[in-house]
Amino acid sequence: MNAPFTFSRRALLKGGALTVGFALTGIGPRALAQNAPRTLDTGEVDAFLTVNMDGSVWLSCGKVDLGQGLRIAIRQMAAEELDLDPAKIMMVEGDTALTPDQGPTAGSTGIQRGGVQIRQAAATARKALLELGSKAFGKPESELELTNGQVRIKGQANGKSFAELLSGQRFNLKLDPKAPLKNPADYKVVGKPLPRPDVPGKCTGEHVYMQDFKVRGMLHARVIRPPAVGASLVSVDESSIASLPGAKVVRQKDFLCVVAEDEWTAIKAQRTLKCEWSEGRGLPPQEAVAQRMRAGPFTREETLVSRGDVKPALPPGAIALKASYFWPMHSHGSIGPSCAIADVKPDGVTIWTASQAPHRLRVTASRFLGIPAEKIHVVYLDGAGCYGMNGHDDAAAEAALLSRATGRPVRMQWTREDELGWDPKGPPQLLDIAGAVDAQGNIVDWRTEMWLPEATRGLPNLPLLALDEAGIPQAQGLTTGLISQNGDPAYAAPNMSVQVHWLKDAPLRPSNLRAPGKIANSFAVESFFDEMATAAKQDPVEMRLRAMKDARGIEVIKRTAAMMNWQPRPSPVADRSGAVMRGRGIAYVHYKHNETWLAMGMEVAVERASGHIKVERAVCAHDCGLIVNPDGARAQVEGCILQTLSRALFEDVKFDRSRVTSVDWSSYPIMTFADVPRVEIDLIQRIDQPPLGAGEAASAPVGAALANALFDATGIRLRTVPFTPERVKAALEGRAT
Amino acid sequence: MASYAFQLNKSPRTVESDDPDKPLLYVLRDIGLTATKFGCGLGQCGACTVLIDGEAARSCQTAVADVKGKSVTTLEGLGNAASPHPLQAAFIKEQVPQCGYCTSGMIMTAAGLVARNPKPSEADIRNELEGNLCRCGSHVRVVRAILAATGQGG
Repeated sequence: MNAPFTFSRRALLKGGALTVGFALTGIGPRALAQNAPRTLDTGEVDAFLTVNMDGSVWLSCGKVDLGQGLRIAIRQMAAEELDLDPAKIMMVEGDTALTPDQGPTAGSTGIQRGGVQIRQAAATARKALLELGSKAFGKPESELELTNGQVRIKGQANGKSFAELLSGQRFNLKLDPKAPLKNPADYKVVGKPLPRPDVPGKCTGEHVYMQDFKVRGMLHARVIRPPAVGASLVSVDESSIASLPGAKVVRQKDFLCVVAEDEWTAIKAQRTLKCEWSEGRGLPPQEAVAQRMRAGPFTREETLVSRGDVKPALPPGAIALKASYFWPMHSHGSIGPSCAIADVKPDGVTIWTASQAPHRLRVTASRFLGIPAEKIHVVYLDGAGCYGMNGHDDAAAEAALLSRATGRPVRMQWTREDELGWDPKGPPQLLDIAGAVDAQGNIVDWRTEMWLPEATRGLPNLPLLALDEAGIPQAQGLTTGLISQNGDPAYAAPNMSVQVHWLKDAPLRPSNLRAPGKIANSFAVESFFDEMATAAKQDPVEMRLRAMKDARGIEVIKRTAAMMNWQPRPSPVADRSGAVMRGRGIAYVHYKHNETWLAMGMEVAVERASGHIKVERAVCAHDCGLIVNPDGARAQVEGCILQTLSRALFEDVKFDRSRVTSVDWSSYPIMTFADVPRVEIDLIQRIDQPPLGAGEAASAPVGAALANALFDATGIRLRTVPFTPERVKAALEGRAT
Repeated sequence: MASYAFQLNKSPRTVESDDPDKPLLYVLRDIGLTATKFGCGLGQCGACTVLIDGEAARSCQTAVADVKGKSVTTLEGLGNAASPHPLQAAFIKEQVPQCGYCTSGMIMTAAGLVARNPKPSEADIRNELEGNLCRCGSHVRVVRAILAATGQGG
């Protein structure tokens, strides 16, 4: 624990996470109760919890707070089991030297896996403390209680502090999966909307982001990406930046960067440097992406669901339908471009990163630097919003290569063009759905076929740009996330199949992006359900409720319909003659079929002359089991709704045959305040149920709810996002889109 | 090396630069005022918004030479955790930020609005913030916080 603390004391004292790291090393304000070497084994209580002399507790969390509020919610979960004021818990996140590897912060698993694991560690600790207290007081555990960092005889003033009971030792305890959890009826802090501790600093400028962090002696770097994907560097004219004091070119094969002592000089060098590139490897024509996905090449076929007859005989009066849906590539679109600092020294490496996966990055860095992982320390710092695997790991690898080449700490900062042009993209998804519905609105047949880029099994890390450019070997393949989930409806259908044609390639480097796959799949499935309802002249809410048995699913649909004052009728509305057409839509998802239940309702006004959709109201009833922090969960649901509306209304990564061309906010527009609807959220607290995640699920049905509302208002069915005014107008005028 | 003198967060400040075109954004960040964020460098996202003579301006599009003799206010100049500006206090109370990277620019744009329109309507607020982008979806809370800060909450 010596290498990391080369940065300024001031920065340390400013930043929340940093202050924590500082104190955990033993030179902070509180002496540790236990001084044995720390374990980072997730099977050990000591990996998560450290008791201090004053009764406060350090909490070491392998998951990171990307803005989604784990920083308070996980404290609440631990505090509850220890009967401790959450303010007495100090937390360090995502520091590979100080926190156990709980896996990447991804897939909406922060609370439901990471938090639950820490809760169990705290429950194990509680059990041990009660046992120690029982010996110390000569009383049965049933007569003892935990309070304010002490164990005491119930109701008596003087107890013994956690540290006293442990006699300066660590817990030395395996995490006990059977350690009793507190009865939810007795919860005091879980379920309360406690404020997030990082919010004040984010509102005053005192919060230190990755982009704000400084290391003494660091160089500022910018990367020069080729004008075409896969192009190689033919020549660099280093004299072209000779007039910029201190600016230097650092090149390793096709990995080309400039470094300078100050940031503005690095930026000018990036803009000024003259270089020549070869032709790229060529991208497919954008307009042909969906068509080409049908042609492969494929890695394999997979049948996800198969029940009933393959070709059932349809009852009299049944109506058969089929439709194709397409979801294009999207950027993560973080407001702050990716950034990282690396300090590669002979005796050890430190990388500061906003990655969602600091522990995984450490292993990756070990591979590409050829340095044992034990000598690499990865420190997480908050970045701009991270909604999956964005450019942070790329920036970290770039900073590390440059630090090794220059012998100095290096700060890599991407530009806006780098970010929108080169961040890994949410992959394209194509779905065909065919089915049949009887005259009463019962689904009699359902067939989903999906064309999806396949996540390469066993791929250790997203292939990083700089490594390919520098000619450093790395495992090749695709990262996409679990993108085939929710391709089947949650409704009764006697005959159903879901088939995936797994694609070997993707047009641009893909990665998992919030609710990976589920947004497009729900868009298709829940749109098609409404198409069936219209064909059978059924009300979409009533038809859904009739086709479901899942009580928690039924409840979110009913609550959403109630918030919308839903009056049953078939869609679309009868009178669609106005200059502004209004409609409503609903969509439902049981996320991944085993997590959060929610329904999403949209009310839209569509302007005939322009094709502009104004979403006036978005409502959502949401059941994610136990809600640890209702305000944090609400913020996540708001975010899911608005971000996915942005994707469905505006976003489409544009590219020519060489490269991505939507590289700024005018060519890759996202939602602005003018298009933000009223948002109403009904969170269902299930205090005695497991927590299921709120960071992604509400994204899934947004596209379908919007499509269904657009159809209800206008009678036009769009099956490709984004629903731009041009696309809506063309459809209203009967032109192909 | 030329000198540029201006008021910075109510105190006189002189900075040196060999480039009169150096954006104010980097002048501020180089002296440790990092609340002002780089988001696009194109004047499109609003993350770098500061007040110049009381009006919201994009510091990435403002050359250091152009603030000579003017008054520049950054988020740090509005208030701090111990003594927050009413807008900052409202943003904290409403728990506005998620990642929070856009928050500084949101508050500074709002400060510019409130300076000339102490009771902005929701439409005024949305209109003013049209050039401030947020990816996390904090918009609803941003509007609520500004209404609350101007005595129009609840």
